[in-house]
Amino acid sequence: MRVGRSELFAGRALLVVLMVITILPFISIFTTALHPSGTLPSGLEWPANPQWGNFVQAFKVANMTALLASSSFIVVAVVPVSLLISTMAAFAIGLLRIPGERVLLFLFVFGLTLPFGGIIVPLYYLERAMGIYNTRLAIVLPLIGLYMPFAVFWMRAHFVNMPAEISEAARVDGASTFDLFWRIHLPLARAPISSLGILMSVWTWNQFLIALVLVEDPTQRTMAGALGAFQGHYATDVPLLCAGTLLILLPTLVLFVLFQRQIIAALLQGSIKG
Amino acid sequence: MPAPARSAVESTVMSDNGTVALASSRRTSPSRVARREKIIGWLFVVPALLMYAVFVLLPLVLSVQYSFFRWDGIGPMTWMGLQNYLTVLEVPDLLGTIYNAFRLVLFFSFIPVTLGLVVASIIHRVATGRLGEIARTVLFLPQVIPLVAAGIIWGWLLALPGLINQMLRAAGLGVIARAWLGDFDWALPAVGLIGIWVLLGFCTVLLLTGMTKVDPALYESARIDGAGWLTEFLSITVPLLRQEIGVCLTVTVIAALAAFDIVYVSTAGGPGNSTAVPGIQIYILAFTEQRIGLASALAVLLMILVLVVILPIQRLSREETP
Repeated sequence: MRVGRSELFAGRALLVVLMVITILPFISIFTTALHPSGTLPSGLEWPANPQWGNFVQAFKVANMTALLASSSFIVVAVVPVSLLISTMAAFAIGLLRIPGERVLLFLFVFGLTLPFGGIIVPLYYLERAMGIYNTRLAIVLPLIGLYMPFAVFWMRAHFVNMPAEISEAARVDGASTFDLFWRIHLPLARAPISSLGILMSVWTWNQFLIALVLVEDPTQRTMAGALGAFQGHYATDVPLLCAGTLLILLPTLVLFVLFQRQIIAALLQGSIKG
Repeated sequence: MPAPARSAVESTVMSDNGTVALASSRRTSPSRVARREKIIGWLFVVPALLMYAVFVLLPLVLSVQYSFFRWDGIGPMTWMGLQNYLTVLEVPDLLGTIYNAFRLVLFFSFIPVTLGLVVASIIHRVATGRLGEIARTVLFLPQVIPLVAAGIIWGWLLALPGLINQMLRAAGLGVIARAWLGDFDWALPAVGLIGIWVLLGFCTVLLLTGMTKVDPALYESARIDGAGWLTEFLSITVPLLRQEIGVCLTVTVIAALAAFDIVYVSTAGGPGNSTAVPGIQIYILAFTEQRIGLASALAVLLMILVLVVILPIQRLSREETP
Protein backbone atom coordinates (compact mmCIF):
# COMPACT_ATOMS: atom_id res chain seq x y z
CA MET A 1 0.00 0.00 0.00
CA ARG A 2 1.54 3.26 -1.09
CA VAL A 3 -1.05 5.68 0.12
CA GLY A 4 0.38 8.89 1.50
CA ARG A 5 -0.11 9.76 5.15
CA SER A 6 -1.84 13.06 4.40
CA GLU A 7 -4.12 11.41 1.84
CA LEU A 8 -4.96 8.73 4.36
CA PHE A 9 -5.90 11.35 6.91
CA ALA A 10 -7.90 13.50 4.48
CA GLY A 11 -9.77 10.51 3.11
CA ARG A 12 -10.70 9.20 6.52
CA ALA A 13 -11.75 12.64 7.74
CA LEU A 14 -14.02 13.02 4.70
CA LEU A 15 -15.53 9.64 5.40
CA VAL A 16 -16.29 10.53 9.00
CA VAL A 17 -17.92 13.79 7.89
CA LEU A 18 -20.12 11.85 5.47
CA MET A 19 -21.14 9.42 8.18
CA VAL A 20 -22.04 12.32 10.47
CA ILE A 21 -24.18 13.88 7.71
CA THR A 22 -25.97 10.55 7.26
CA ILE A 23 -26.64 10.13 10.98
CA LEU A 24 -27.43 13.74 11.89
CA PRO A 25 -31.04 13.69 10.62
CA PHE A 26 -31.81 10.77 12.94
CA ILE A 27 -30.25 12.59 15.89
CA SER A 28 -32.20 15.74 15.05
CA ILE A 29 -35.58 14.01 15.12
CA PHE A 30 -34.55 12.17 18.30
CA THR A 31 -33.75 15.37 20.24
CA THR A 32 -36.85 17.03 18.77
CA ALA A 33 -39.01 14.11 19.89
CA LEU A 34 -37.95 14.76 23.51
CA HIS A 35 -39.26 18.33 23.57
CA PRO A 36 -42.66 19.10 25.12
CA SER A 37 -45.50 18.17 22.79
CA GLY A 38 -46.82 21.14 20.82
CA THR A 39 -43.65 23.26 21.07
CA LEU A 40 -41.43 24.20 18.14
CA PRO A 41 -37.79 23.55 19.14
CA SER A 42 -34.64 24.16 17.09
CA GLY A 43 -33.28 21.45 14.83
CA LEU A 44 -30.63 20.18 17.19
CA GLU A 45 -31.17 21.11 20.80
CA TRP A 46 -31.13 18.86 23.87
CA PRO A 47 -34.28 19.68 25.87
CA ALA A 48 -34.01 21.03 29.42
CA ASN A 49 -36.53 18.46 30.54
CA PRO A 50 -36.61 15.41 28.20
CA GLN A 51 -40.18 14.25 27.63
CA TRP A 52 -39.74 10.49 27.30
CA GLY A 53 -43.49 10.24 27.68
CA ASN A 54 -43.83 11.49 24.07
CA PHE A 55 -42.94 8.03 22.87
CA VAL A 56 -45.67 6.49 25.01
CA GLN A 57 -48.16 9.05 23.76
CA ALA A 58 -47.15 8.54 20.11
CA PHE A 59 -47.41 4.78 20.63
CA LYS A 60 -51.02 5.21 21.73
CA VAL A 61 -51.96 7.90 19.21
CA ALA A 62 -50.47 6.03 16.26
CA ASN A 63 -52.17 2.86 17.46
CA MET A 64 -48.84 1.06 17.19
CA THR A 65 -50.08 -2.32 18.39
CA ALA A 66 -52.64 -2.49 15.59
CA LEU A 67 -50.08 -1.17 13.09
CA LEU A 68 -47.46 -3.75 13.97
CA ALA A 69 -50.06 -6.49 13.72
CA SER A 70 -51.35 -5.21 10.37
CA SER A 71 -47.90 -4.78 8.81
CA SER A 72 -46.77 -8.18 10.06
CA PHE A 73 -49.93 -9.77 8.69
CA ILE A 74 -49.34 -8.20 5.27
CA VAL A 75 -45.70 -9.31 5.18
CA VAL A 76 -46.62 -12.84 6.25
CA ALA A 77 -49.37 -13.00 3.64
CA VAL A 78 -47.27 -11.60 0.79
CA VAL A 79 -43.77 -13.00 1.19
CA PRO A 80 -44.21 -16.82 1.51
CA VAL A 81 -46.79 -16.96 -1.29
CA SER A 82 -44.64 -14.80 -3.56
CA LEU A 83 -41.58 -16.91 -2.80
CA LEU A 84 -43.37 -20.17 -3.55
CA ILE A 85 -45.11 -19.22 -6.79
CA SER A 86 -42.17 -17.26 -8.22
CA THR A 87 -39.77 -20.13 -7.45
CA MET A 88 -42.16 -22.58 -9.13
CA ALA A 89 -42.41 -20.39 -12.23
CA ALA A 90 -38.65 -19.80 -12.36
CA PHE A 91 -38.06 -23.55 -11.98
CA ALA A 92 -40.25 -24.24 -15.02
CA ILE A 93 -38.76 -21.39 -17.08
CA GLY A 94 -35.09 -21.73 -16.11
CA LEU A 95 -34.70 -25.46 -15.46
CA LEU A 96 -37.47 -27.41 -17.17
CA ARG A 97 -37.19 -25.08 -20.18
CA ILE A 98 -40.86 -25.53 -20.98
CA PRO A 99 -41.98 -24.52 -24.47
CA GLY A 100 -42.54 -20.80 -24.63
CA GLU A 101 -40.00 -20.10 -21.87
CA ARG A 102 -38.48 -17.20 -23.82
CA VAL A 103 -41.85 -15.52 -24.31
CA LEU A 104 -42.74 -16.07 -20.66
CA LEU A 105 -39.42 -14.66 -19.49
CA PHE A 106 -39.83 -11.62 -21.72
CA LEU A 107 -43.34 -11.11 -20.37
CA PHE A 108 -42.10 -11.10 -16.78
CA VAL A 109 -38.97 -9.00 -17.48
CA PHE A 110 -41.18 -6.43 -19.19
CA GLY A 111 -42.68 -5.64 -15.77
CA LEU A 112 -39.31 -4.90 -14.15
CA THR A 113 -39.20 -1.17 -14.88
CA LEU A 114 -42.92 -0.59 -14.46
CA PRO A 115 -43.60 2.34 -12.09
CA PHE A 116 -46.42 1.59 -9.62
CA GLY A 117 -47.90 4.97 -10.51
CA GLY A 118 -48.59 3.68 -14.00
CA ILE A 119 -51.15 1.11 -12.89
CA ILE A 120 -52.44 2.44 -9.58
CA VAL A 121 -55.56 4.10 -11.06
CA PRO A 122 -57.03 1.02 -12.82
CA LEU A 123 -56.00 -1.08 -9.81
CA TYR A 124 -58.25 1.07 -7.64
CA TYR A 125 -61.30 0.53 -9.89
CA LEU A 126 -60.45 -3.15 -10.39
CA GLU A 127 -60.34 -3.74 -6.63
CA ARG A 128 -63.62 -1.89 -6.11
CA ALA A 129 -65.20 -4.20 -8.70
CA MET A 130 -63.65 -7.26 -7.03
CA GLY A 131 -64.93 -6.13 -3.64
CA ILE A 132 -61.52 -6.22 -1.94
CA TYR A 133 -60.99 -2.43 -1.80
CA ASN A 134 -60.20 -1.18 1.73
CA THR A 135 -59.27 -4.64 3.06
CA ARG A 136 -55.75 -5.96 3.68
CA LEU A 137 -56.19 -8.15 0.59
CA ALA A 138 -56.24 -4.91 -1.40
CA ILE A 139 -52.56 -4.52 -0.51
CA VAL A 140 -51.57 -8.19 -0.40
CA LEU A 141 -52.80 -9.37 -3.82
CA PRO A 142 -51.38 -6.57 -6.01
CA LEU A 143 -48.05 -6.74 -4.18
CA ILE A 144 -47.74 -10.45 -4.98
CA GLY A 145 -48.45 -9.66 -8.63
CA LEU A 146 -46.07 -6.70 -8.69
CA TYR A 147 -43.21 -8.73 -7.19
CA MET A 148 -43.49 -11.47 -9.83
CA PRO A 149 -41.27 -9.88 -12.51
CA PHE A 150 -38.36 -9.36 -10.15
CA ALA A 151 -38.85 -12.58 -8.17
CA VAL A 152 -39.13 -14.80 -11.25
CA PHE A 153 -36.13 -13.08 -12.83
CA TRP A 154 -34.10 -13.50 -9.64
CA MET A 155 -34.93 -17.17 -9.10
CA ARG A 156 -34.48 -17.99 -12.80
CA ALA A 157 -30.90 -16.72 -12.59
CA HIS A 158 -30.34 -19.39 -9.93
CA PHE A 159 -32.00 -22.25 -11.81
CA VAL A 160 -30.30 -21.49 -15.12
CA ASN A 161 -26.94 -22.01 -13.45
CA MET A 162 -27.81 -25.36 -11.87
CA PRO A 163 -25.81 -28.19 -13.47
CA ALA A 164 -28.05 -30.48 -15.53
CA GLU A 165 -26.46 -33.59 -13.93
CA ILE A 166 -28.40 -33.03 -10.73
CA SER A 167 -31.77 -33.25 -12.49
CA GLU A 168 -30.63 -36.10 -14.74
CA ALA A 169 -29.47 -38.20 -11.79
CA ALA A 170 -32.80 -37.62 -10.04
CA ARG A 171 -34.73 -38.55 -13.20
CA VAL A 172 -32.78 -41.82 -13.49
CA ASP A 173 -33.83 -42.59 -9.92
CA GLY A 174 -37.42 -42.15 -11.06
CA ALA A 175 -38.19 -38.74 -9.59
CA SER A 176 -41.31 -37.02 -10.92
CA THR A 177 -41.24 -33.35 -11.89
CA PHE A 178 -42.85 -32.52 -8.57
CA ASP A 179 -40.22 -34.54 -6.63
CA LEU A 180 -37.50 -32.83 -8.63
CA PHE A 181 -38.84 -29.45 -7.54
CA TRP A 182 -39.85 -30.16 -3.96
CA ARG A 183 -37.16 -32.63 -2.80
CA ILE A 184 -34.14 -31.62 -4.85
CA HIS A 185 -34.18 -28.11 -6.23
CA LEU A 186 -36.10 -26.28 -3.52
CA PRO A 187 -33.60 -27.23 -0.77
CA LEU A 188 -30.71 -26.32 -3.11
CA ALA A 189 -32.22 -22.86 -3.72
CA ARG A 190 -32.33 -21.94 -0.04
CA ALA A 191 -29.77 -19.10 -0.34
CA PRO A 192 -31.36 -17.11 -3.20
CA ILE A 193 -34.81 -17.72 -1.70
CA SER A 194 -33.84 -16.27 1.67
CA SER A 195 -32.23 -13.21 0.07
CA LEU A 196 -35.36 -12.69 -1.98
CA GLY A 197 -37.45 -13.11 1.17
CA ILE A 198 -35.48 -10.38 2.96
CA LEU A 199 -35.86 -8.05 -0.02
CA MET A 200 -39.59 -8.55 -0.37
CA SER A 201 -40.16 -8.14 3.38
CA VAL A 202 -38.37 -4.78 3.39
CA TRP A 203 -40.23 -3.62 0.28
CA THR A 204 -43.59 -4.67 1.70
CA TRP A 205 -43.01 -3.05 5.08
CA ASN A 206 -42.00 0.20 3.34
CA GLN A 207 -44.77 0.17 0.74
CA PHE A 208 -46.60 3.49 0.63
CA LEU A 209 -48.49 4.33 -2.59
CA ILE A 210 -50.50 1.11 -2.73
CA ALA A 211 -51.46 1.37 0.93
CA LEU A 212 -52.38 5.04 0.55
CA VAL A 213 -54.66 4.54 -2.44
CA LEU A 214 -56.21 1.14 -1.79
CA VAL A 215 -56.86 1.18 1.96
CA GLU A 216 -58.55 4.07 3.76
CA ASP A 217 -58.16 2.78 7.32
CA PRO A 218 -54.54 3.43 8.46
CA THR A 219 -54.62 0.54 10.93
CA GLN A 220 -55.13 -1.86 8.01
CA ARG A 221 -52.10 -0.51 6.16
CA THR A 222 -48.37 -1.16 6.06
CA MET A 223 -46.06 0.72 8.44
CA ALA A 224 -45.09 3.28 5.80
CA GLY A 225 -48.70 3.78 4.76
CA ALA A 226 -49.73 4.42 8.34
CA LEU A 227 -46.88 6.89 8.78
CA GLY A 228 -48.34 8.95 5.96
CA ALA A 229 -51.67 9.15 7.78
CA PHE A 230 -49.93 9.96 11.07
CA GLN A 231 -48.14 12.86 9.39
CA GLY A 232 -51.44 14.18 8.08
CA HIS A 233 -52.89 14.35 11.59
CA TYR A 234 -49.86 15.63 13.50
CA ALA A 235 -48.12 17.87 10.97
CA THR A 236 -48.31 20.77 13.44
CA ASP A 237 -47.12 18.90 16.54
CA VAL A 238 -43.49 18.42 15.55
CA PRO A 239 -42.19 16.63 18.69
CA LEU A 240 -45.01 14.09 18.59
CA LEU A 241 -44.55 13.57 14.82
CA CYS A 242 -40.84 12.94 15.38
CA ALA A 243 -41.56 10.50 18.22
CA GLY A 244 -44.07 8.63 16.05
CA THR A 245 -41.67 8.50 13.10
CA LEU A 246 -38.92 7.09 15.30
CA LEU A 247 -41.26 4.44 16.70
CA ILE A 248 -42.31 3.39 13.21
CA LEU A 249 -38.65 3.27 12.14
CA LEU A 250 -37.55 1.28 15.16
CA PRO A 251 -38.44 -2.24 13.93
CA THR A 252 -36.68 -1.61 10.59
CA LEU A 253 -33.60 -0.15 12.28
CA VAL A 254 -33.32 -3.03 14.76
CA LEU A 255 -33.68 -5.60 11.96
CA PHE A 256 -31.12 -3.76 9.86
CA VAL A 257 -28.54 -3.69 12.65
CA LEU A 258 -29.12 -7.40 13.37
CA PHE A 259 -29.08 -8.60 9.76
CA GLN A 260 -27.08 -5.82 8.08
CA ARG A 261 -24.78 -8.16 6.20
CA GLN A 262 -27.63 -10.17 4.67
CA ILE A 263 -29.78 -7.10 3.96
CA ILE A 264 -26.99 -5.16 2.25
CA ALA A 265 -25.95 -8.24 0.26
CA ALA A 266 -29.54 -8.97 -0.78
CA LEU A 267 -30.29 -5.38 -1.82
CA LEU A 268 -27.08 -5.14 -3.84
CA GLN A 269 -27.50 -8.49 -5.60
CA GLY A 270 -31.11 -7.56 -6.17
CA SER A 271 -30.23 -4.42 -8.07
CA ILE A 272 -27.49 -6.11 -10.09
CA LYS A 273 -29.77 -8.87 -11.26
CA GLY A 274 -32.60 -6.42 -11.88
CA MET B 1 -54.76 -22.90 -20.05
CA PRO B 2 -54.08 -26.43 -18.72
CA ALA B 3 -57.55 -27.88 -19.34
CA PRO B 4 -57.76 -27.60 -23.17
CA ALA B 5 -54.10 -28.62 -23.50
CA ARG B 6 -54.71 -31.86 -21.64
CA SER B 7 -57.75 -32.82 -23.72
CA ALA B 8 -55.75 -32.20 -26.90
CA VAL B 9 -53.09 -34.63 -25.70
CA GLU B 10 -55.61 -37.32 -24.84
CA SER B 11 -57.33 -37.09 -28.22
CA THR B 12 -54.09 -37.54 -30.20
CA VAL B 13 -53.06 -40.47 -28.05
CA MET B 14 -56.41 -42.16 -28.60
CA SER B 15 -56.40 -41.71 -32.38
CA ASP B 16 -52.87 -43.15 -32.47
CA ASN B 17 -53.97 -46.19 -30.53
CA GLY B 18 -56.98 -46.61 -32.76
CA THR B 19 -54.99 -46.94 -35.99
CA VAL B 20 -51.91 -49.08 -35.25
CA ALA B 21 -52.24 -50.41 -31.75
CA LEU B 22 -48.97 -52.16 -30.88
CA ALA B 23 -46.36 -50.31 -32.90
CA SER B 24 -47.70 -46.87 -32.11
CA SER B 25 -47.94 -47.43 -28.37
CA ARG B 26 -44.21 -48.18 -28.29
CA ARG B 27 -43.54 -45.12 -30.40
CA THR B 28 -45.83 -42.65 -28.61
CA SER B 29 -45.02 -43.48 -25.04
CA PRO B 30 -41.87 -41.31 -24.82
CA SER B 31 -43.57 -38.40 -26.57
CA ARG B 32 -46.60 -38.93 -24.38
CA VAL B 33 -44.38 -38.60 -21.32
CA ALA B 34 -42.77 -35.52 -22.83
CA ARG B 35 -46.16 -33.92 -23.39
CA ARG B 36 -47.27 -34.74 -19.90
CA GLU B 37 -44.04 -33.12 -18.68
CA LYS B 38 -44.73 -29.99 -20.71
CA ILE B 39 -48.17 -29.66 -19.18
CA ILE B 40 -46.84 -30.19 -15.68
CA GLY B 41 -44.13 -27.61 -16.43
CA TRP B 42 -46.78 -25.13 -17.47
CA LEU B 43 -48.76 -25.81 -14.32
CA PHE B 44 -45.75 -24.59 -12.33
CA VAL B 45 -45.94 -21.21 -14.09
CA VAL B 46 -49.70 -20.76 -13.81
CA PRO B 47 -49.99 -19.29 -10.25
CA ALA B 48 -47.28 -16.66 -10.82
CA LEU B 49 -48.58 -15.84 -14.27
CA LEU B 50 -52.14 -15.53 -12.98
CA MET B 51 -51.23 -13.06 -10.19
CA TYR B 52 -49.06 -11.06 -12.60
CA ALA B 53 -51.72 -11.02 -15.31
CA VAL B 54 -54.59 -9.98 -13.03
CA PHE B 55 -52.80 -7.39 -10.88
CA VAL B 56 -50.22 -5.97 -13.29
CA LEU B 57 -50.94 -6.73 -16.95
CA LEU B 58 -54.70 -6.20 -16.75
CA PRO B 59 -54.35 -2.80 -15.00
CA LEU B 60 -51.73 -1.91 -17.59
CA VAL B 61 -54.15 -2.62 -20.43
CA LEU B 62 -56.91 -0.75 -18.56
CA SER B 63 -54.59 2.26 -18.17
CA VAL B 64 -54.17 2.39 -21.93
CA GLN B 65 -57.92 1.95 -22.41
CA TYR B 66 -58.89 4.68 -19.90
CA SER B 67 -56.42 7.06 -21.53
CA PHE B 68 -58.61 7.28 -24.65
CA PHE B 69 -61.74 8.30 -22.71
CA ARG B 70 -63.10 11.10 -20.60
CA TRP B 71 -64.31 9.50 -17.37
CA ASP B 72 -65.09 10.74 -13.85
CA GLY B 73 -64.90 7.25 -12.34
CA ILE B 74 -68.67 6.86 -11.91
CA GLY B 75 -70.63 8.02 -14.97
CA PRO B 76 -70.39 6.83 -18.59
CA MET B 77 -67.09 6.99 -20.47
CA THR B 78 -66.78 9.33 -23.46
CA TRP B 79 -64.41 8.46 -26.31
CA MET B 80 -61.73 11.14 -26.69
CA GLY B 81 -59.25 9.57 -29.10
CA LEU B 82 -55.80 11.03 -28.49
CA GLN B 83 -57.15 14.21 -26.92
CA ASN B 84 -55.94 13.32 -23.39
CA TYR B 85 -52.40 12.86 -24.67
CA LEU B 86 -52.55 16.19 -26.50
CA THR B 87 -53.80 17.84 -23.30
CA VAL B 88 -50.85 16.45 -21.32
CA LEU B 89 -48.44 17.80 -23.94
CA GLU B 90 -50.16 21.19 -24.20
CA VAL B 91 -51.05 22.17 -20.63
CA PRO B 92 -47.90 23.63 -19.05
CA ASP B 93 -48.73 22.29 -15.56
CA LEU B 94 -48.95 18.73 -16.88
CA LEU B 95 -45.94 18.85 -19.18
CA GLY B 96 -44.10 20.59 -16.35
CA THR B 97 -44.33 17.42 -14.23
CA ILE B 98 -42.22 15.59 -16.82
CA TYR B 99 -39.74 18.47 -16.86
CA ASN B 100 -39.58 18.31 -13.05
CA ALA B 101 -38.98 14.55 -13.21
CA PHE B 102 -35.93 15.15 -15.38
CA ARG B 103 -34.67 17.86 -13.00
CA LEU B 104 -34.98 15.28 -10.21
CA VAL B 105 -32.79 12.90 -12.24
CA LEU B 106 -29.93 15.34 -11.70
CA PHE B 107 -30.31 15.04 -7.91
CA PHE B 108 -31.48 11.44 -7.53
CA SER B 109 -29.19 9.97 -10.15
CA PHE B 110 -26.34 12.10 -11.45
CA ILE B 111 -25.10 13.45 -8.10
CA PRO B 112 -25.39 10.19 -6.07
CA VAL B 113 -23.67 8.15 -8.78
CA THR B 114 -20.83 10.64 -9.27
CA LEU B 115 -20.39 11.27 -5.56
CA GLY B 116 -20.80 7.55 -4.88
CA LEU B 117 -17.91 6.78 -7.24
CA VAL B 118 -15.70 9.28 -5.43
CA VAL B 119 -16.64 8.11 -1.93
CA ALA B 120 -16.34 4.44 -2.84
CA SER B 121 -12.88 4.93 -4.27
CA ILE B 122 -11.87 6.81 -1.11
CA ILE B 123 -13.11 3.96 1.09
CA HIS B 124 -11.38 1.49 -1.19
CA ARG B 125 -8.09 3.37 -0.96
CA VAL B 126 -7.84 4.57 2.61
CA ALA B 127 -10.31 2.61 4.73
CA THR B 128 -10.11 -1.08 4.01
CA GLY B 129 -10.44 -2.22 7.62
CA ARG B 130 -12.89 -1.59 10.41
CA LEU B 131 -13.64 2.01 9.40
CA GLY B 132 -14.66 0.85 5.93
CA GLU B 133 -17.04 -1.73 7.44
CA ILE B 134 -18.66 0.86 9.67
CA ALA B 135 -18.89 3.40 6.85
CA ARG B 136 -20.64 0.84 4.64
CA THR B 137 -23.28 0.16 7.28
CA VAL B 138 -23.85 3.79 8.24
CA LEU B 139 -24.05 5.10 4.68
CA PHE B 140 -26.50 2.34 3.77
CA LEU B 141 -28.87 3.17 6.63
CA PRO B 142 -31.11 5.66 4.72
CA GLN B 143 -31.75 2.98 2.10
CA VAL B 144 -33.61 0.63 4.46
CA ILE B 145 -36.02 3.11 6.04
CA PRO B 146 -39.30 3.87 4.25
CA LEU B 147 -39.05 6.79 1.81
CA VAL B 148 -42.03 8.28 3.64
CA ALA B 149 -39.96 8.44 6.82
CA ALA B 150 -37.10 10.07 4.91
CA GLY B 151 -39.60 12.64 3.63
CA ILE B 152 -40.94 13.38 7.13
CA ILE B 153 -37.47 13.60 8.69
CA TRP B 154 -36.23 16.00 6.04
CA GLY B 155 -39.47 17.93 6.09
CA TRP B 156 -38.50 18.87 9.62
CA LEU B 157 -34.78 19.39 8.90
CA LEU B 158 -35.57 21.78 6.04
CA ALA B 159 -38.27 23.68 7.96
CA LEU B 160 -37.70 27.25 9.15
CA PRO B 161 -36.53 26.29 12.68
CA GLY B 162 -34.94 23.04 11.41
CA LEU B 163 -31.38 21.82 11.52
CA ILE B 164 -30.31 23.10 8.07
CA ASN B 165 -31.24 26.72 8.88
CA GLN B 166 -29.79 26.37 12.39
CA MET B 167 -26.46 25.35 10.87
CA LEU B 168 -26.60 28.13 8.30
CA ARG B 169 -27.19 30.68 11.06
CA ALA B 170 -24.31 29.23 13.08
CA ALA B 171 -22.10 29.64 10.02
CA GLY B 172 -23.16 33.28 9.71
CA LEU B 173 -25.32 32.58 6.66
CA GLY B 174 -28.61 33.37 8.40
CA VAL B 175 -29.56 35.65 5.49
CA ILE B 176 -30.22 32.74 3.16
CA ALA B 177 -32.15 30.72 5.76
CA ARG B 178 -35.69 30.02 4.59
CA ALA B 179 -38.44 27.40 4.60
CA TRP B 180 -36.70 25.46 1.85
CA LEU B 181 -39.60 23.18 0.91
CA GLY B 182 -42.00 26.13 0.73
CA ASP B 183 -39.80 28.20 -1.58
CA PHE B 184 -40.73 28.27 -5.29
CA ASP B 185 -37.10 28.24 -6.44
CA TRP B 186 -35.60 26.00 -3.79
CA ALA B 187 -38.28 23.35 -3.17
CA LEU B 188 -37.17 21.07 -5.99
CA PRO B 189 -33.46 21.13 -5.12
CA ALA B 190 -34.50 20.57 -1.48
CA VAL B 191 -36.50 17.47 -2.48
CA GLY B 192 -33.46 16.49 -4.54
CA LEU B 193 -31.29 16.75 -1.44
CA ILE B 194 -33.52 14.17 0.27
CA GLY B 195 -32.96 11.90 -2.72
CA ILE B 196 -29.19 12.36 -2.48
CA TRP B 197 -29.29 11.42 1.21
CA VAL B 198 -31.31 8.26 0.49
CA LEU B 199 -29.44 7.09 -2.61
CA LEU B 200 -25.81 8.09 -2.02
CA GLY B 201 -25.15 5.23 0.40
CA PHE B 202 -26.75 2.69 -1.92
CA CYS B 203 -24.60 3.80 -4.86
CA THR B 204 -21.46 3.96 -2.73
CA VAL B 205 -21.83 0.46 -1.32
CA LEU B 206 -22.76 -1.03 -4.69
CA LEU B 207 -19.79 0.60 -6.44
CA LEU B 208 -17.50 -0.39 -3.58
CA THR B 209 -18.50 -4.02 -4.01
CA GLY B 210 -17.62 -3.69 -7.69
CA MET B 211 -14.22 -2.22 -6.84
CA THR B 212 -13.29 -5.08 -4.54
CA LYS B 213 -13.81 -7.42 -7.50
CA VAL B 214 -11.24 -5.54 -9.61
CA ASP B 215 -7.88 -7.32 -9.60
CA PRO B 216 -5.84 -5.66 -6.82
CA ALA B 217 -2.68 -6.11 -8.94
CA LEU B 218 -4.01 -3.38 -11.23
CA TYR B 219 -4.14 -0.92 -8.37
CA GLU B 220 -0.80 -2.13 -6.98
CA SER B 221 1.03 -1.59 -10.24
CA ALA B 222 -0.62 1.80 -10.66
CA ARG B 223 0.54 2.79 -7.19
CA ILE B 224 4.08 1.52 -7.82
CA ASP B 225 4.09 3.78 -10.88
CA GLY B 226 3.19 6.55 -8.47
CA ALA B 227 -0.35 7.09 -9.73
CA GLY B 228 -2.30 9.53 -7.64
CA TRP B 229 -5.91 9.17 -6.61
CA LEU B 230 -7.29 10.91 -9.69
CA THR B 231 -5.28 8.90 -12.23
CA GLU B 232 -6.21 5.67 -10.53
CA PHE B 233 -9.84 6.74 -10.42
CA LEU B 234 -10.13 7.75 -14.07
CA SER B 235 -7.98 5.06 -15.66
CA ILE B 236 -8.90 1.99 -13.60
CA THR B 237 -12.00 2.46 -11.47
CA VAL B 238 -14.46 4.12 -13.84
CA PRO B 239 -13.84 1.99 -16.96
CA LEU B 240 -13.91 -1.30 -15.05
CA LEU B 241 -17.09 -0.45 -13.16
CA ARG B 242 -19.24 0.09 -16.24
CA GLN B 243 -21.75 -2.53 -15.24
CA GLU B 244 -22.09 -1.34 -11.62
CA ILE B 245 -22.41 2.26 -12.80
CA GLY B 246 -25.12 1.11 -15.20
CA VAL B 247 -27.01 -0.57 -12.35
CA CYS B 248 -26.75 2.54 -10.15
CA LEU B 249 -28.00 4.73 -13.00
CA THR B 250 -30.90 2.39 -13.75
CA VAL B 251 -32.09 2.18 -10.14
CA THR B 252 -31.70 5.90 -9.44
CA VAL B 253 -33.20 7.12 -12.72
CA ILE B 254 -36.30 4.98 -12.09
CA ALA B 255 -36.41 6.38 -8.54
CA ALA B 256 -36.38 9.91 -9.97
CA LEU B 257 -38.82 9.52 -12.86
CA ALA B 258 -41.28 7.44 -10.82
CA ALA B 259 -40.83 9.44 -7.58
CA PHE B 260 -43.90 9.60 -5.38
CA ASP B 261 -43.38 8.87 -1.66
CA ILE B 262 -40.76 11.51 -0.85
CA VAL B 263 -42.50 14.25 -2.84
CA TYR B 264 -45.98 13.42 -1.53
CA VAL B 265 -44.84 13.61 2.08
CA SER B 266 -42.44 16.55 1.90
CA THR B 267 -44.18 18.99 -0.50
CA ALA B 268 -47.19 17.22 -2.09
CA GLY B 269 -46.06 18.84 -5.35
CA GLY B 270 -46.04 22.40 -4.05
CA PRO B 271 -45.54 25.23 -3.64
CA GLY B 272 -47.67 25.83 -6.72
CA ASN B 273 -46.56 23.11 -9.07
CA SER B 274 -42.87 23.59 -8.48
CA THR B 275 -42.21 20.02 -7.29
CA ALA B 276 -45.09 18.23 -9.04
CA VAL B 277 -43.82 15.05 -10.70
CA PRO B 278 -45.88 12.65 -12.86
CA GLY B 279 -46.57 10.27 -9.94
CA ILE B 280 -48.06 13.08 -7.84
CA GLN B 281 -50.01 14.54 -10.75
CA ILE B 282 -51.52 11.14 -11.61
CA TYR B 283 -52.64 10.78 -8.00
CA ILE B 284 -54.17 14.27 -7.90
CA LEU B 285 -55.88 13.99 -11.31
CA ALA B 286 -57.36 10.58 -10.54
CA PHE B 287 -58.27 10.76 -6.86
CA THR B 288 -59.00 14.41 -6.13
CA GLU B 289 -60.07 15.79 -9.53
CA GLN B 290 -61.73 12.58 -10.81
CA ARG B 291 -60.21 13.01 -14.27
CA ILE B 292 -59.40 9.34 -14.82
CA GLY B 293 -58.75 9.57 -18.56
CA LEU B 294 -56.23 12.38 -18.25
CA ALA B 295 -54.52 10.68 -15.29
CA SER B 296 -54.23 7.48 -17.33
CA ALA B 297 -52.74 9.29 -20.34
CA LEU B 298 -50.07 10.75 -18.05
CA ALA B 299 -49.52 7.28 -16.53
CA VAL B 300 -49.01 5.71 -19.97
CA LEU B 301 -46.59 8.49 -20.93
CA LEU B 302 -44.69 7.95 -17.67
CA MET B 303 -44.31 4.22 -18.35
CA ILE B 304 -43.09 4.87 -21.90
CA LEU B 305 -40.71 7.55 -20.63
CA VAL B 306 -39.11 5.18 -18.09
CA LEU B 307 -38.62 2.51 -20.77
CA VAL B 308 -37.16 4.97 -23.26
CA VAL B 309 -34.65 6.30 -20.74
CA ILE B 310 -33.70 2.95 -19.16
CA LEU B 311 -33.15 0.86 -22.31
CA PRO B 312 -30.13 2.83 -23.62
CA ILE B 313 -28.53 2.81 -20.15
CA GLN B 314 -28.94 -0.96 -19.99
CA ARG B 315 -27.50 -1.38 -23.47
CA LEU B 316 -24.51 0.86 -22.80
CA SER B 317 -23.57 -0.81 -19.52
CA ARG B 318 -23.93 -4.37 -20.87
CA GLU B 319 -21.87 -3.79 -24.03
CA GLU B 320 -18.15 -4.57 -24.00
CA THR B 321 -18.11 -5.46 -20.35
CA PRO B 322 -14.72 -7.00 -19.60
